[in-house]
Amino acid sequence: MAAIAEMHSSAPATEYHAKRGDQGPVIEVRDFNLWYGAAQALHDITMTIERGLVTALIGPSGCGKSTLLRCLNRMNDLVDGLSIRGTMLLEGQDIYDARTDVIALRKRMGMVFQKPNPFPMSIYENVIYPLRVDGIRDRRILDETVERALRGAALWEEAKDRLNESALGLSGGQQQRLCIARAIAGDPEVLLMDEPCSALDPIATLKIEELIDELSGQYTIIIVTHNMQQAARVSDNTAFMYLGRLIEYGETEQVFTTPRLQRTLDYVTGRFG
Amino acid sequence: MNYVERDATRSLAEALPRSRGRVTDIAARGEPYTWALGGALALGIVMIVGFLILVLYNGATTFIPKPIAVMTLADGAVVAGEPFRSESYRPGTAVLEKLAPETRARIAANDGYASRTLYRIGNYDIYNEDFRWVSDFEVARILYPADLIYAERLEWGPFIGRLKSVHVGGAAREAASIPEAELVRLHGEARARWQRLRGIERSEIGAVNHQIERERLAVRKAEIAHGAGSAEARQRAAEAATRIAGLQKEYDGLATEARRLREEDRAVRVTLAAIGGEEKELPLSALVRFYPANAISLTGKAGIYLSRWWEFLSDEPREANTEGGVMPAIFGTFAMTLLLVIAVTPFGVITALYLREYARQGRLVSVIRISVNNLAGVPSIVYGVFGLGFFAYVLGGSIDQLFYPERLPNPTFGTGGLLWASLTLALLTVPVVIVATEEALAAVPRSMREGSLACGASKWQTIRNIVLPRAMPGIMTGIILAMARGAGEVAPLMLVGVVKLAPELPVDGFFPFVHLERSFMHLGFHIFDVGFQSRNSEAGKPMVFVTTVLLVGLIFLMNISAIAIRNRLKRKFAGSQF
Repeated sequence: MAAIAEMHSSAPATEYHAKRGDQGPVIEVRDFNLWYGAAQALHDITMTIERGLVTALIGPSGCGKSTLLRCLNRMNDLVDGLSIRGTMLLEGQDIYDARTDVIALRKRMGMVFQKPNPFPMSIYENVIYPLRVDGIRDRRILDETVERALRGAALWEEAKDRLNESALGLSGGQQQRLCIARAIAGDPEVLLMDEPCSALDPIATLKIEELIDELSGQYTIIIVTHNMQQAARVSDNTAFMYLGRLIEYGETEQVFTTPRLQRTLDYVTGRFG
Repeated sequence: MNYVERDATRSLAEALPRSRGRVTDIAARGEPYTWALGGALALGIVMIVGFLILVLYNGATTFIPKPIAVMTLADGAVVAGEPFRSESYRPGTAVLEKLAPETRARIAANDGYASRTLYRIGNYDIYNEDFRWVSDFEVARILYPADLIYAERLEWGPFIGRLKSVHVGGAAREAASIPEAELVRLHGEARARWQRLRGIERSEIGAVNHQIERERLAVRKAEIAHGAGSAEARQRAAEAATRIAGLQKEYDGLATEARRLREEDRAVRVTLAAIGGEEKELPLSALVRFYPANAISLTGKAGIYLSRWWEFLSDEPREANTEGGVMPAIFGTFAMTLLLVIAVTPFGVITALYLREYARQGRLVSVIRISVNNLAGVPSIVYGVFGLGFFAYVLGGSIDQLFYPERLPNPTFGTGGLLWASLTLALLTVPVVIVATEEALAAVPRSMREGSLACGASKWQTIRNIVLPRAMPGIMTGIILAMARGAGEVAPLMLVGVVKLAPELPVDGFFPFVHLERSFMHLGFHIFDVGFQSRNSEAGKPMVFVTTVLLVGLIFLMNISAIAIRNRLKRKFAGSQF
């Protein structure tokens, strides 16, 4: 405990100059710590995610950016031996409160994973999965949702004639866009993206990036990425993490051109990481 | 830092023998091991294929009609029979002493070995044996006369001899004077009449008896419910009496019809003569089929072959199961396996789901898992004892007391039966399903579960919609294994419901149509019974092979259909990258 307290005091405070959205914050993280067993993976993370903006989390492998993202919709609950301290609020509601309905919470946040993970069902069934689990059977609502979500994910033109074919017949990039369509089908407030392009080729990546750009007005997007150009291209705010700490969190342009810390500069210019 | 590391690498390279990288040792390449592995596989395949060929060959050739040899022996005796199998043996000194010197010399030149053949001589009622060994040196003359017939009878096994005369309408006619077509027609009519007679005796009179029994039970039930001698019971008894009287009239009508048919049947008789002249008179309908074994054409042989197979597949057994068909056993095996699958699948899958998805993985779960695996090693007869004690006596006994008190002391469910046998085998095979399901569940990629949970699905919805369908092929594999194991199991069945002969199928036209409490026949037990429990094990031997072919074929068919379902499911996931 003493050692942890010492790390606390010795830890440098985050260099914080993030852009404020005009709709206020949607997620607030305060002094958030996380341990996998005895190993601490997140140290005193404090940040707010602004509504309607795209926030990129960057940093070298193992820096805790995916862990932080997966904490937001409590996907880490599946991991054994996990412990946390601190608070995370979604619109003022404590995500880790014992009374929080995890299922309802996850419905407010869509998630896109590193590898495309469409279910072994038809394209149609994949998109309406979030509605199916809510027990919605009305064909009209389902049809509308499929079209809206697929259009939103820029997959409608390619998929509209094969809605009843297996989703596994799509290409990797199409599958990932299908997963985005599935994530937005339930009309969430926040879209969590965990390195959504790392398994895709450059052209598919480009399409996803354009898509993120289009979606950014409607959803709050948090994207974890290894690709710094991608972060620079798509995001409004960028958080640089290193060894489980949030080092610098600021407006993307500033982080990539004139970061306030040497370490951030070293990372974004490719000197380490 | 870097410099030092590079230096260390260089000195290490110099320390290695110069020969490194030139010639690779054969042991390092692993060729001997590859050969050993391949050899083991080849050995396994040879054993399996050899077994299958042995069973298939013997099974396929059993029903082929064979010629009948008539041998005049050195001592003047005449023997007629189907050659069954040959072997060489050492004749005893007592036998050798009686032989002619040149024969003795020939045997001596052959290291004292002579060859002999087992003939099926039939006519058990005359000779008191079905088979006879004939040594080659005994035979003086061997002939294949065209007029010898091989007749399969309802009783006493086959008859080998001549058709002497046929009695129709009180007049005896020499068999030789009757044209073949007329003989066939007469035989066809006699068999049809006999089938009709059996139909009346079995199903129609059976149905009347069944209704009478139902009336009697209804009276018993009323007596139990309201007390013997009460007004309700007396009223019920009176109702039953009038109905039984009606049924009795029906019964009498049927009995008269049966008597008439039996008289007609007795009027058409046939006289057979064995090779030694002994005569045997019997109704023509008692001959299941007969053919001139030495004069029959190839198409005739094929016809006999096919009709024997048809009888085997579609008829009931006769002659202590060594002849006739095995239809009840095929049906019993199939029904039992089906019930087994219906019972074992939900039980095993639910258990595995809880163990893998919900239970906290700890010491207790490990102990349970090991116990489940160990259950697979318990001798199957122990399951049979458990099934008899728990299912039949405890469960079945309670069911009888609750629902069938009027039939007591005769047990309904309180004894071995199809349901208890299936449940016992389900218990025996449930570890297989649990282990296979657990593995299939563990193999479902994490990304699928996370994708579903992230969509706001609950754990149960995730399991139901994503995990279970995805694990289905693996679960099917477990079910296939359980099915194969269960269908071939015999020992526990002998305790919980399989019998030597069960003329009533578990499915029939009487309400409630499916009678799970009935005992049944099973191909595996049939093999044991025919091969080792019958009066005439030599005659049963070919039937063992045929029944084995059938059992293997039935399991093969059931497996193939299960595998086809599994592959359909697998194809659904074929495009998956994970």
